[in-house]
Formats: sequence, structure tokens, C-alpha cells
Amino acid sequence: MSALPGSPGTSRSPAERRPILEAAGITKRFVKRLDLAGKIARRLGSSIHEETVHAVDGVDLTVGAGEVVGLVGESGCGKSTFGRMVAGILPPTEGTLRFDGKPVWRDGRVAAKETALAIQMIFQDPFASLDPRMRVEEIIGEAPRVHGLVPRSGIADYVAETMLRVGLDPDFRRRYAHQFSGGQRQRIGIARALAVQPRFLVCDEAIAALDVSIQAQVINLFMDLRQDLDLTYLFISHDLSVVEHIADRVVIMYLGRVVEIAATEDIFDAPNHPYTQALLSEVPRIELRKRSYHPVKGEIPSPLDPPPGCHFHPRCPHATARCSAERPALREIAPARWSACHLNDGS
Amino acid sequence: MTAVSPTLEVRDLETHFFTRDGVVEAVHGVSFQVGAGEVLGLVGESGSGKSVTGFSILGLVDQPGRIAGGQILFQGRDLVQLAEKERRKLRGSKIAMIFQDPMMTLNPVLRIDTQMTEAVRAHRDVSHARALEICREALVKVGIPAPDERLASYPHQFSGGMRQRVAIAIAFLNEPALIIADEPTTALDVTIQGQILHEAQTLCRETGTAMIWITHDLAVVAGLADHICVMYAGRIVEQGPIDAVLDRPAHPYTVGLIGSVPSRNRRGGRLFQIPGMTPSLLNLAAGCAFRNRCPRATAACLEEPPVRAASHGRQVRCVHPHDGPLEEVLS
Repeated sequence: MSALPGSPGTSRSPAERRPILEAAGITKRFVKRLDLAGKIARRLGSSIHEETVHAVDGVDLTVGAGEVVGLVGESGCGKSTFGRMVAGILPPTEGTLRFDGKPVWRDGRVAAKETALAIQMIFQDPFASLDPRMRVEEIIGEAPRVHGLVPRSGIADYVAETMLRVGLDPDFRRRYAHQFSGGQRQRIGIARALAVQPRFLVCDEAIAALDVSIQAQVINLFMDLRQDLDLTYLFISHDLSVVEHIADRVVIMYLGRVVEIAATEDIFDAPNHPYTQALLSEVPRIELRKRSYHPVKGEIPSPLDPPPGCHFHPRCPHATARCSAERPALREIAPARWSACHLNDGS
Repeated sequence: MTAVSPTLEVRDLETHFFTRDGVVEAVHGVSFQVGAGEVLGLVGESGSGKSVTGFSILGLVDQPGRIAGGQILFQGRDLVQLAEKERRKLRGSKIAMIFQDPMMTLNPVLRIDTQMTEAVRAHRDVSHARALEICREALVKVGIPAPDERLASYPHQFSGGMRQRVAIAIAFLNEPALIIADEPTTALDVTIQGQILHEAQTLCRETGTAMIWITHDLAVVAGLADHICVMYAGRIVEQGPIDAVLDRPAHPYTVGLIGSVPSRNRRGGRLFQIPGMTPSLLNLAAGCAFRNRCPRATAACLEEPPVRAASHGRQVRCVHPHDGPLEEVLS
């Protein structure tokens, strides 16, 4: 196989995108250490043991320059953890993450300042992610000033320019975050990220907290910025209709693993993995009236104790004995289409 | 509309909050009706008054708010005039509510069986054993596996989706004639949301319960409701049968709201966007509340538009309504 797992491939991307972000075998485990009481209990012969959550379990993904990749999954699937590792906030336990060919992480720290600045993150909650004691001009202007991206005398103009770019009135630069509405606050968060001239944005549920009409404004803003600034996005969301609208490719995660990667049209027109099929059939759509829902059975298992083999097999209508024993590998089932399901071996 | 009298009829409801800074007309001139077995979708953005409308029906509006006018006719009786004691008898038996956060419904320190049997015995004269039996049946109906085990558990032992099912089971316990569901699936994952919508849909069909489904998500309402009311700034700006309103929206706000929803036939294109933001309801200027964001606004909009009947059974509060299919209106 010539291409890396989950690479955009050549058949689908007309411009032969140069890979900008390459993740190989990225894994994040969170271990809950035993406290003193637990340790004593274990000494005395109790069966208590340390609990490990495989938040992200061996994810391979390549993102091409200028691409918008949608990362979709339900709560606890590890999509946000993956986004944080990409953004340089959380070090991976295993695996390598390269940005522009250079490693993002070295010995548990971000390898280079340039990489840290080039990848910026936009958070879900526009209330919690802005310092309530800082004025907007400080929130937006602090990072470029500290990193010397703009001369001190030019900061005010630079802040004004950045505010205009995201659709905020520069007259409001002396205001505090609480004086803005949710949508405007999210714009401040976007302006703060853009102020350090990033090339890659990780948007973690960036529009989930906004009202429908404001969501549309922010989605349009993201699409304009992509064109104007040549940005690449990792767009993390649980909202499939939003991802369908803005992403070029979609990555579906379930319990820490990637189950399917494909171009947006392919995945929505003909989902391959049974989980993707279940997920897509549940999406409420405005065109579908008075439909009856035929929900997938069961709940998402605890990531503390995921089922063996394919994580989805207890809820899968097509599961066989093999599915509960062997982990399916993410394989290229058609050009630029990747799926991790044993059923694809059948034919 | 059905010929028989509807389960619930709200007429010119006014719920106002008398704050220190002025009067907030959270619900203004709201009228609608729901018949048995019908699902009414009440849609709006935050602050549009959709939840306050739901709370008003149940008589759960807290100080400084109160119902300042209008009628809420439930099975022919006006709830606004009813004494608190009588209302209390209705809540939980004839009218039930499902909240967004099931932990608001469930008491964290009581076992599920204690909470559920209490709800049954508060309104019906049955033995404890019989009450337990009713609860068990209710849990089975909403698809909870191992109901006996679950009855003896505490709320924290359930997942979010399971808790919401228990809340729905409690709402249906006393076979209510009306259920008000306030964003019950907003906090849930897509597959779990599908399960809850499925349960709610089947139960309404089977028991003939009328339901008001309050949400900000047009797509959820599209798949569930028979009728839809779109609220903006405390007013119902448009209502009618679901297909009529979603396919031929008349009010410019409804058009904007539908245009804002990412949909597969506009993949990658620019989304229609409503300029500006929702106005503060405090000291709202006279006239149409939407006029400052409306592309069709004229001087005529400075006066409050009356509710008018439009084609296809719609009612619109607008002087310049659209009349045509959605594609035509959006372009």
C-alpha cells in the first residue's frame, strides 16, 4: 500500500494535496492511579486494579493542505482528545504526529514554537474559553505581541484588522467578553486564534453552543476564512449535517478508533461501516417528515471496559463470531475509502 | 384541525416578568391548540419564549413572572383561573413534563422505585405492590432492559440516555392527556436521540396523548410533529401544518431559520444567514420584533402586525409574508 492509512488519496482530490498533518498510531491512555486506600486494599489481596481508559486507540490520519476534515463521533469516542493532541495541548501516549514533516511532540512537550503557533484551536464554549478580566484587544493582541509577530506600535491596528476579518466592530475593542452575545464571543475566540497567523485550525464543537441562525453566520465565516487565508481545518463535531456541509472528507470514530474515512459525498451516499450506517440513519433531517425512527440498539459501552474485537459488535446487526474476537484493521476498500469492518473481507 | 374540542387550547397568552429594569414580555399574544394524539413542535432560538410558554401551561412560572392575560383551556377548563390546589392535582397526572436535564426530574438520593411509586400513589389510590407493577410496565414500555434490577437502582447508576427514558416513563405513568417535552434530546448523542424520539413517537400514537415538543432543532421537529409553531421574541410568528410551514414558509424569520440549516442539497454552498441578533425583550420597541433583521421590512412594520390566515392552513404574524415554495423564496 503506497498511501498512508487515511490519506486523501489521489483519485478524489483534484489538486493532489500535499499532506500537512500526519498522525500515525496515535494513542492516548488515561490511567486512574490507585490512591493510598486502594494500594493497601491491593496489598491485602483485593482485586482492585488501576483503571485505564483508551481514549484514543491507534489512530492513523493524514490531512492534506487546504482540506477540511470532519471528525465525527458520539460522546466518549475520543474525537476531542485527538483534537487536543493535534493542537499541542495534550501529549500522546504513543504514536507520532507530524506537521509539515516535523514532529509536533518531543518528550511530552511541543517540539517547536512555530508548530505550536501554526496549529490553533477553537473551543466549544465561548463563555469558558475567554478570560473574563481581559479586554477584547488584550485577548486578541496578547499572543502576537508576546511572540513578536507584530511591532508593538502596530498592535492596535492589527487587532482592529483581525476583528474586522471575523466580523466584529473594532469600536468594541475596549469591551470585556461578557458584554458580547454568544455568537460574537465565538468570533472573539476565532479572532484570537487567527491573530497568530495559523495555517491549521482545530475546531472542537466550535458551533455546537450557538443558536441556529448564529450557527449559519459562523459556518459562513469559517468557509470565507478558509478561502481568504488558505487554512486547513480539523472540524470536530457530533452534528453530522454541519460536517456534511463544510467538510471535504469525513472521519468517523467509535470508542477511540477510526471506523471509516471517506470523501463526504461517498460517506453520506453509501456509508460502509455498520456504525456509520446506523449513525447516518439517525440524523434528523428537515426534509424527512413524520418519519419513524428505527434506532440502533443498546448504548455506547464504557471506554473503561470496551468490548473485545470490533468495539461495535454488541450493537451491530451483522456481527459474526470473528467480530467479537479480532480487531478489524482500517483498510482501503476502494480508492480513498477506508473502513474497519470484517464484513468487507466476505466477498 | 379536528372537529372535536382540542386537548389544549391556548388563547392570547401573556406571560410577563416584572423585573427591576422593566417588564419583559416573555410570551406575548400566543395562541395555539393541540388535539389528542397530536404532536405540536414549538420551535425557537434561545430567549424566544418557547420554554416559558411550556412552564406557563403547567403553572410553573416563578416570580417575578406571572401570567398577565389570556386563557389556557385544558379539556375545557381554564388553567389560568384554577386554584393552585387544583392545578397541583393535574400536574403529573393529566399533564406531565419532560425536561432537558433528566436530573431535574430525578432525585439523586432516592431509588427509582421510590420515586416512581410516589408519582403513581400521589394521584391514584392503589396498593404499593400494584404501583410497583405499574412502574415496571412503564419501564418496559420505554425499552429499559432488566426493569426489576433498574427499579432498585439510583439515578447516578444510569447513563444519560437511560435517565431520560426513566424521566419519560415517569411522565407517562399516569396516562396523561398532555405531555410537554422541553428539549428532551438536546443533550443526548445522535443514536440515543433516535431511540428517545422513537419511544416518544410510539407512546403518543398508542396512548393518544397530546404532546408539545419544545426545541431549537427544526430537523427533529420535522421528523416528529404534525403542527409547528415558530416563536420569535415571545410571539408565535408562524404556525401551521408541518409540511406547509417547512415547504412554504411565509414569515421572513421562518425562511431565514430554515435557510440557516445545513442541508444536503446545498452542500458546500453559503448558508442563508439572518443578519444581526435576537433583540433584548426588555423594553422591546413597538412594531414587528423582527423588523430590524428583516429584508422585507417597510414603514408598515412599525406597527405590530396582526395574525393573519395564509394559504395551506398557516397563520402568520407578518405584513409582508412570502407565498411560494421554499426554493423560490430562498433564492
